[in-house]
Amino acid sequence: MSDIDPEALQGHRSHLIRYAMLQLRDPNLAEDVVQETLVAAIESRAKFAAQSSPRTWLVGILKHKIVDLLRKRAREPQLNVAEGEDENELVDALFKENGHWADPPQTWNAPEQSLENAHFWNVFEQCNQRMPLNTARAFMMREFMEMSTEEICQELGISTTNCWVILHRARLALRECLDMNWFGNAR
Amino acid sequence: MIDCKHNTELLSQSYDRPITLRERIAMRMHLMMCRGCRNFEKQLAFLRKAARELPRKL
Repeated sequence: MSDIDPEALQGHRSHLIRYAMLQLRDPNLAEDVVQETLVAAIESRAKFAAQSSPRTWLVGILKHKIVDLLRKRAREPQLNVAEGEDENELVDALFKENGHWADPPQTWNAPEQSLENAHFWNVFEQCNQRMPLNTARAFMMREFMEMSTEEICQELGISTTNCWVILHRARLALRECLDMNWFGNAR
Repeated sequence: MIDCKHNTELLSQSYDRPITLRERIAMRMHLMMCRGCRNFEKQLAFLRKAARELPRKL
C-alpha cells in the first residue's frame, strides 16, 4: 500500500504540532517544522511502508526535521545551555546540606495505570513546559528522540559532564512536578 | 558511603553512560539502606518509560 492521500496526512497535523511544541516550545517553529514534515511526507508517500502506522511514519520524519533544526540553531549563539540559578535552587531545595533528602520520595501509586490516562499526559506535558527551555530540550532529545548523550552534547555544544548534570536536573524537576501534580504527594 | 544527593546523580547517570563497578556497588549499598532513594530509582525508570511512550500518547 503506498497511496496515503495528502488529506489524511493533514489529519495528523495537530498531533505533530503537539509533538514539535514539546521539543521546540515555539509555535512558529513548530508550525514550520510540521509543514516541512507534511511536505516531505507527501513527496515521499510512495515510499511509505504499510507495516508502520502513518502516524509513526510521520513522527519519524518529524524527529529528523526537529534534529536538523536544533542542529542549525545550536550553531547560533542563542542556544546557550548555561542555566540560571533556579535549577540550582531546585537541587538545593530537594536535599539538605548533609546530602540527605529534605523530603524523601514517597511511593507512587500504580504508575503504570497512569500511562493509560489522558489527564496524566496533560500533566506530563505541563511539567515539561515548566522546565527551563534548554533543560527540557536536552531531556527530550535523550528520552523522546532517543539520541545518545554524546550526540546531545555535540548538538548543544556542551561538555559531557554538563550534559549529565542537565539531564539529572531535568529528571529531578520532572519527578518533583509529577509527584506534586499527579501522584498527589503535595507538600 | 555516598549520600542521597550523590546517589541520585549516579542513578540518573546510569541512564546516560556506562556505570563503573565501583559506582554500582556504592549505589547498591546506599539503596539497601535508603527507602527514599529506592523510590527515586523506581520513579526514574518510570520517567524513562513515560517519556518514550509520549509520542504515541499525544
